[in-house]
Amino acid sequence: MFDFGKWTSAFNELLLGCMPEWLAVVIECVIIGVLVLGAYTVLALFYILYERKLCAWFQCRLGPMRVGKWGLLQVFADMFKILIKEIISLKGTDKFLFKLAPYLVITSSVVMLACLPWGNGLQIINYNIGIFFITAVSSIGVLGILLAGWSSNNKYTLIGAMRSGAQMVSYEISLGLAILAIVVFAGTMNIQELVEQQNHAWFIFSGHIPAIIAFLIYIIAATAETNRGPFDLPEAEHELVAGYHTEYSGITFGFYYLAEYLNLFIVSGVASLMFLGGWMPLHIPGWEAFNNIMNYIPSIVWFLGKSFFISFIIIWFKWTFPRVRIDQLLAFEWKYLMPVALANLILMAVFVALGWHF
Amino acid sequence: MSLLLEISNNALAITATLTGILLVVAATVIAKLISPKSYSEKKAETFECGIPTRGESMIQFHAGYYIFAILFLIFDVETVFLFPWAVVARSLGTGSLLCIGIFMVILILGLAYAWKKGALRWK
Repeated sequence: MFDFGKWTSAFNELLLGCMPEWLAVVIECVIIGVLVLGAYTVLALFYILYERKLCAWFQCRLGPMRVGKWGLLQVFADMFKILIKEIISLKGTDKFLFKLAPYLVITSSVVMLACLPWGNGLQIINYNIGIFFITAVSSIGVLGILLAGWSSNNKYTLIGAMRSGAQMVSYEISLGLAILAIVVFAGTMNIQELVEQQNHAWFIFSGHIPAIIAFLIYIIAATAETNRGPFDLPEAEHELVAGYHTEYSGITFGFYYLAEYLNLFIVSGVASLMFLGGWMPLHIPGWEAFNNIMNYIPSIVWFLGKSFFISFIIIWFKWTFPRVRIDQLLAFEWKYLMPVALANLILMAVFVALGWHF
Repeated sequence: MSLLLEISNNALAITATLTGILLVVAATVIAKLISPKSYSEKKAETFECGIPTRGESMIQFHAGYYIFAILFLIFDVETVFLFPWAVVARSLGTGSLLCIGIFMVILILGLAYAWKKGALRWK
């Protein structure tokens, strides 16, 4: 596998050769910031088009076709349109919290994006508690949504925010327990080590039964966590206008829109990291020739391909299942999903202790 | 240490946080510069399907959300306790399985109690 770390360390030495260390660190931090910003914007634009095209195809439509070839430039037109919309200032809002909310939502998704393993040697933040750090940062986004709903001085946004809060905190437990099952199996929380451990087989294959159950729980909980699919109660458009971001206009609405798509990418990225091997190619033990062919595909293609595939499944959910009610939503989490996730965690611990895995 | 360069992880996490803040600030400034501005009494009102808002908007809400929030707190703290165990579960072997089993049984009993009391029923 090509190691991108060679490029970055060569660049690091080049910088260190011609300037003091602190200046090199500052320049590298600025470059990383620009790269993250670029990745964030490009991914958000790609995801908007991806979802619009997919939902059109699910409904036997063509989707956006007019702007550019196959509507490829539609997202740029949308982005420009959202920038030139007026930002309406409202009476009676809690001004400080109203302005603070988008910062929390966007910042949490940017920090999570920087934790993902993009390829071999292409990872920015690499804490030894990596996956725990991602789950911790993801819960800051909930605060932003709650603040947005509360500070807007509108009953619809308040209901949307409360629903969103109840839903996101509830499903966070199943999400955490599904991740925990894999942490028990891997014995590490470091993202780099998690990926490297999947060298001989992805966790979903080597962990077999408990890993597959954990994967299913993770996908369901992740759909609810990103307020999508059959769980889009906070934005139920024919009950609550637009949910917690009803009163946001122009680019301030755009922030929620961006963060929603980025969160979709991030949960897909974490799913591919925890279950499908991150950037690790498909390796089958014993099939040396096959493994070598797979190694020719660049690691970044593997990571993005897996993430887009899981996003495709999550988008597919939205057009297949009808929206659930709030009581069904909470009962499903607390009476079915969480007990199953707990039992699965114990099952995984037993499997690991007795060595019943590949 | 990060994989990418020899910068500490904390510095990188701060960089990412600042990037997020910068994104919001930059986009807001650009939008403020190129978007039109106008103000009117009616436009500044909150949206409520065309009729004026009745009473206060920051009202009391359904107590059910509060019960679920408390339940969440218990189980989220439990997950925090389980993470350190999960990392070393493999090396601890079967003995730790019994200890963590007792811990989980107590928690499951708590969930069963909440269930029986009707805290999980949406009223």
